[in-house]
Amino acid sequence: MNEIAEKQLENQVSDQPIIELTGVHKWYGQFHVLKNINLHVKKGERIVVCGPSGSGKSTMIRCINRLEEHQQGSIVVDGIELTSDVKQIEHIRREVGMVFQHFNLFPHLTVLDNCTLAPIWVRKMPKKDAEEVAMQYLERVKIPEQAKKYPGQLSGGQQQRVAIARSLCMNPAIMLFDEPTSALDPEMIKEVLDTMVGLAESGMTMMCVTHEMGFAKTVADRVIFMDKGEIIEENEPHEFFNNPQNERTKLFLSQILGH
Amino acid sequence: MADFTPSPDLAPPSLTVGPLGWVRTNLFPDPFNSVLTLIALYLVYLTLPPAIDWALLKADWSGTSREACVSGGACWVFVHARMNTFLYGFFPESGYWRVNLLYFVTIALLIPLFVKQFKYKVILAAINLVAFPLLVWILMSGGVFGLSHVETSNWGGLSLTLILAAIGCVAALPFGVLLALGRQATNMPAVKTMCVVFIEFWRGVPLITVLFMSSVMLPLFLPEGTSFDKLLRAMIGITLFQSAYMAEVIRGGLQAIPKGQYEAADAMGLTYWKKTGLVILPQALKIVIPGIVNTFIALFKDTTLVIIIGLLEVLGMVQTALNDPNWLGYSTEGYVFTAAVFWVFCFSMSRFSQRLEARLHTGHKR
Ligand SMILES: Nc1ncnc2c1ncn2[C@@H]1O[C@H](COP(=O)(O)OP(=O)(O)OP(=O)(O)O)[C@@H](O)[C@H]1O
Ligand SMILES: [Mg+2]
Repeated sequence: MNEIAEKQLENQVSDQPIIELTGVHKWYGQFHVLKNINLHVKKGERIVVCGPSGSGKSTMIRCINRLEEHQQGSIVVDGIELTSDVKQIEHIRREVGMVFQHFNLFPHLTVLDNCTLAPIWVRKMPKKDAEEVAMQYLERVKIPEQAKKYPGQLSGGQQQRVAIARSLCMNPAIMLFDEPTSALDPEMIKEVLDTMVGLAESGMTMMCVTHEMGFAKTVADRVIFMDKGEIIEENEPHEFFNNPQNERTKLFLSQILGH
Repeated sequence: MADFTPSPDLAPPSLTVGPLGWVRTNLFPDPFNSVLTLIALYLVYLTLPPAIDWALLKADWSGTSREACVSGGACWVFVHARMNTFLYGFFPESGYWRVNLLYFVTIALLIPLFVKQFKYKVILAAINLVAFPLLVWILMSGGVFGLSHVETSNWGGLSLTLILAAIGCVAALPFGVLLALGRQATNMPAVKTMCVVFIEFWRGVPLITVLFMSSVMLPLFLPEGTSFDKLLRAMIGITLFQSAYMAEVIRGGLQAIPKGQYEAADAMGLTYWKKTGLVILPQALKIVIPGIVNTFIALFKDTTLVIIIGLLEVLGMVQTALNDPNWLGYSTEGYVFTAAVFWVFCFSMSRFSQRLEARLHTGHKR
């Protein structure tokens, strides 16, 4: 647990931006998905991104670890600019963990092997150490007893917690979440959100696309609202929910909160 | 508030379980299927007893010449008398032990791959890929370690069938994997085009043509005086031909892997080859085990085609024996024997593929 404590210290919010998107544009063919995105995220900050379907939320956070390529503007992560240089992309990916809507665990590997794969093959960690670290994180997401099972034998909520543990095993500086709870049954959403709240409390820099407004209210430092490829509004959660500035934001909030 | 108490589990209706239940659900579920079952039983009754009578009850087993075959059933004496050539071709009799040793060592090298506890399967498999052709060359061809040299034209029979098939499989699989990966490499158009052209070329020509070209045309293109073993040429032809098929089978597996798997591997910072080797291929190959084994079985049977360039594998040897004036008229026995040999090998491969699938099953997808 020592390691986690250290990480906590170094993850305290500081003024230094760890993710900087400046004038980012992206097109899919003729379709302009991201329009002039400017966003600075400080170390230890927790950002929640929301917005209607198709607004480009996923595309934006996927640009941060280059799962998608941007065509204009600059993205600097952890001091390194994302270009087509493979070495730099690999470097950034080592520092950025990502959790997906559909978990994307490797079905042919046990939970433990899922967690140790990247530490062993990317970080070159000895197998024994990697397994120790993996067990620590599996304990932290409260499923150490499932370590020997295959992902196909777990519930959705358990799978998503494994996915979170798997990312944490790389000891990342930043965690990205793309709708981590939207493929889950209501009963399982809470267990995953609890894990994420715990992670937020440990001081991890997080960027999370979600429509769980309760989560946004409790942990976010900033909420970002996107529509049609642009960031329309960004504010700290209390202001964002109680006093939205933009008409589009008001409409969106009334739709997701108003029933 | 009333507590929820689950209802007790009841035993299933007796007519759906046990042998009687099985007969009922599988053979006589409704009138139409009952009629089909009866027709099938009648056909079995018509064909099976005479076949057993011919092949086993009335057959002649012992003896050395056709005079021993008098009972009117199958004359297995013929197969027995020619067994050595069926198994070893024209390999010198004093060297049979070399062929046997090859079988033995190959099997010994393969067994650990099927032991659950054995940890270094991938390493051993890789070693086998290299060791096997080397062993074949040392033991069969000789000329080293004091072993007398045996020309490849003397190789034949079942040993030649097995060598052709095994080398074909061993070489076609990795080639096929590389070709399939190449064909998927959309970000490297040159590589992709080369793979597509290669695959489509080899899939477009019949194997007979390939074998003819390898034995008749290729020497015309080679510089004068270079001789290049006929068997080796046939092997290369078969390998290239089968790797094109293999590539398409494997590509099917690659396409079945959800995009999320690639993305998760990328997001972790795995390089292309690590992602491919650790995440994508293990899953893709598992999905296409039936297709791969199907290709292996086809390859195994296709080895019989080498007869047209004068190489005599087991079928070729049987046909040669049938032309022997001493044994004229026993072609049925010869072909039944050949069919049985092929069936045993192909069926084993098929069973093996099913076991492998069951072994690698890790629960529901995703
Ligand atoms: N590979 C692609 N090719 C073409 N268009 C795409 C591609 N991926 C996404 N898009 C389009 O880009 C837009 C933004 O997609 P994105 O997935 O970022 O939206 P989102 O905000 O995450 O939506 P959701 O809430 O539904 O996940 C959508 O209109 C989508 O149709
Ligand atoms: Mg999305």
